[in-house]
Amino acid sequence: MEYVIIIISAVFVNNIVLTRFLGICPFIGVSGRVSTALGMSGAVAFVMTIATLVTYLLQVYILNPFGIAFMQTITFILVIASLVQLVEIILKKVSPPLYQALGIFLPLITTNCAILGVAILAQQNEYNLLESVVFGIANAIGFGLALILFSGIREHLSMVNVPKALQGVPIAFIVAGLLAMAFMGFAGIV
Amino acid sequence: MNQWKNFSKGFIKENAVFVLFLGLCPTLGVTSTAINGLGMGLATTFVLFMSNIVVSLIKSLIPDKVRIPTYIVVIASFVTIVELTMQAYLPTLFEQLGLFIPLIVVNCVILGRAEAFASKNNLLTSALDGLGMGLGFAFALTLLGAVREILGSGSLFGLKFIAGDGILLFILPPGAFIALGYLIVIMNKIKEKTT
Repeated sequence: MEYVIIIISAVFVNNIVLTRFLGICPFIGVSGRVSTALGMSGAVAFVMTIATLVTYLLQVYILNPFGIAFMQTITFILVIASLVQLVEIILKKVSPPLYQALGIFLPLITTNCAILGVAILAQQNEYNLLESVVFGIANAIGFGLALILFSGIREHLSMVNVPKALQGVPIAFIVAGLLAMAFMGFAGIV
Repeated sequence: MNQWKNFSKGFIKENAVFVLFLGLCPTLGVTSTAINGLGMGLATTFVLFMSNIVVSLIKSLIPDKVRIPTYIVVIASFVTIVELTMQAYLPTLFEQLGLFIPLIVVNCVILGRAEAFASKNNLLTSALDGLGMGLGFAFALTLLGAVREILGSGSLFGLKFIAGDGILLFILPPGAFIALGYLIVIMNKIKEKTT
């Protein structure tokens, strides 16, 4: 039951993009088409799940016992950066088709604050190992959901007549605002 | 004159938020009030200024292949300094900015300036660039924070001047997106006029 609450809360109520404002750069940057949005969501889901797991182990078995929790920011970001590199190398060897599909999105993920944000949030919420991993997966789903919904809207948006001053990024923000408003409807269900 | 340009370009012409669309997560996440926006902006300015200086000083020592990880370590060190200092001296602000303080590490403005500017320019130019871009970022955050605070709670920097609650929406997440969208439109208009 706990896990269900974590999932529903991360996907709908506290959606990582629309409520917590993490991962806005890819949200605005790669949401032009549904197909690229799908690729990005896949890559994020992959890295976020592994990153949450690895940073949890690091925090509990290295940072905490040695009393160097203040090194959290530096260690986490370094681990995530190397992890992204590692995932890229492994995918290239093990599963070329998957590498083809996710390839170009992987390097972009290092600077996606959603990954670091979720790793730190899992620590702040004091989740145990399994809860952290579930939290990572749930947030990845939330990110994917927001990104894919938004890219679907933007695809349609490219076909309508937008006032000149609002074209491009400004209208994207206003649409994102409306989408965030829709997600506010979920507030209070957990 | 040229140095002045390096400093001032960050405000309007190459403003990180309104023109380059970098560092959007903290821009949207912390600007429910002008004070929070200013605090976040100044914290980022400090990190950007210091990291630009250090990167510019050590640029010839770093092998090309490991430069990005090196920049990240430099940035993360300064972020940790900000984090600990703020926790000690400004605990309320620290609490309100919360998660977004450690996330200064992944603010693309900082890494972007290290890679695109400080690694190619001398100390003084890089320092001015860092300061200018940082203050431009702080300006954008304060402006967005002020707009949201005025519309959302009828106050500015905590001083209430309109009775009642204001439009609650602007304090909530959707308001951040919508306010930023319209601010970009206005900034585009200003930029068109001045150039």
